[in-house]
Amino acid sequence: MAHDTAHHHESNTKRIWTVFIILSIVTLVEVVLGILKPEFLTDTAFLTMSLLNWIFIILTIYKAYYIAWAFMHLEGETKGLRRAIVWTAIFLISYLIFILLTEGGYIYEVYKNGYVAWDF
Amino acid sequence: MEATVVRTGTEGKTWGGGNEPLKASYGKMMMWFFIVSDALTFSGFLAAYGFSRFKFIDSWPIADEVFNHFPFLHGVDAPMYYVALMTFILIFSSVTMVLAVDAGHQLKKGKVTFYMFLTIIGGLIFLGSQAWEWKNFISGTYGAVYTEGGNILQFIDTEGERVSLEEIAVPSESVRVEHQARNGVWFESEKSLPSYALEEVIAGFAANPNLLIKTEMLSEDGEKIILSREASLAKLTADAEGVIEGANLTRNEYGPPLFADFFFFITGFHGFHVLSGVIINIIIFFNVILGTYERRKNYEMVEKVGLYWHFVDLVWVFVFTFFYLV
Repeated sequence: MAHDTAHHHESNTKRIWTVFIILSIVTLVEVVLGILKPEFLTDTAFLTMSLLNWIFIILTIYKAYYIAWAFMHLEGETKGLRRAIVWTAIFLISYLIFILLTEGGYIYEVYKNGYVAWDF
Repeated sequence: MEATVVRTGTEGKTWGGGNEPLKASYGKMMMWFFIVSDALTFSGFLAAYGFSRFKFIDSWPIADEVFNHFPFLHGVDAPMYYVALMTFILIFSSVTMVLAVDAGHQLKKGKVTFYMFLTIIGGLIFLGSQAWEWKNFISGTYGAVYTEGGNILQFIDTEGERVSLEEIAVPSESVRVEHQARNGVWFESEKSLPSYALEEVIAGFAANPNLLIKTEMLSEDGEKIILSREASLAKLTADAEGVIEGANLTRNEYGPPLFADFFFFITGFHGFHVLSGVIINIIIFFNVILGTYERRKNYEMVEKVGLYWHFVDLVWVFVFTFFYLV
């Protein structure tokens, strides 16, 4: 590609190592929380899920953001490409998760309270 | 690359061709399209896992009790450490990959070679770790008894420590021997029998008053419900149907069969992606050494395979969360 070789690329090494440190710290925090499982986090529920699980999921998305933006270099792509990739995935995945988890919860209720014998 | 670009002579016009509104080459954009569709495949699997988990929300295994092995620490309860190590290995191989891409932008062949090499090594270590994880999962540590309803009954002592079948069972002479091809009419062997028969386990359990049963049901505070001694004995004699050691696609000693099925399928599918990533990395690695991209004055192929490699890492971040943390 002409625009790749025409001008000289400067090195992003510093940014790469910074992101690596961020990802490592976040992973460490996740592991430590996963081993300790602080009681006030596991016992407090927010939208039917414990706070600890919310923290895990938010930290995961935070990591995913850094991997996609820094490592996969989405931050350097045009706005159009970035949106085509990110929003397509986010909309479809949110829908899928919503519909399947709701349905899973419903089936659990049927097994538990309905007149269906399954544990003989 | 310049030679392959078709010139139409109408470049200045919007619809004249040769116009790149997204400023990404064809190959890179197709890699992104593939990644988006593959991401949707993985989210389909993970959402299906979530579905099954919500369906069995009160009997799903606790990850810390299943994945608690670490190399050379035999019998030590080490939850999470190993999988955290695997995560670090994969993140680090992602870092070396992006360093290779960065060196490629500056046309530094030696650096690209070195970082690609490290990336491949990281990928291979990860694959080996996953194989070890599978081996522990399949062979199991303690063994359990399953009931007619398909529930799992695990054994613990009065201190709450898990007890393996080996420690419980009282070997008996009258137990059925595994049928082998050489002593049958149709020369077919049966599936291998577990190391201990149900009768041996029940006899051993009855003889040792320190043993209790841990059911797969979760209590209000998210711990597995433990039966009293009397209830344990009653449950075992009334409901137990067979012995299960480790995991297969039909049963496992950890909890609902779907747990093992999803574990095998999702980590297996991810592992297969890592394997193909390593193979593609090796191909590109040799192209770098041969100087293919040096002659092209363009290391975009490294960038494209890098995208795939980071995607594999991205998926692992989610698998890690939903199988081991949440």
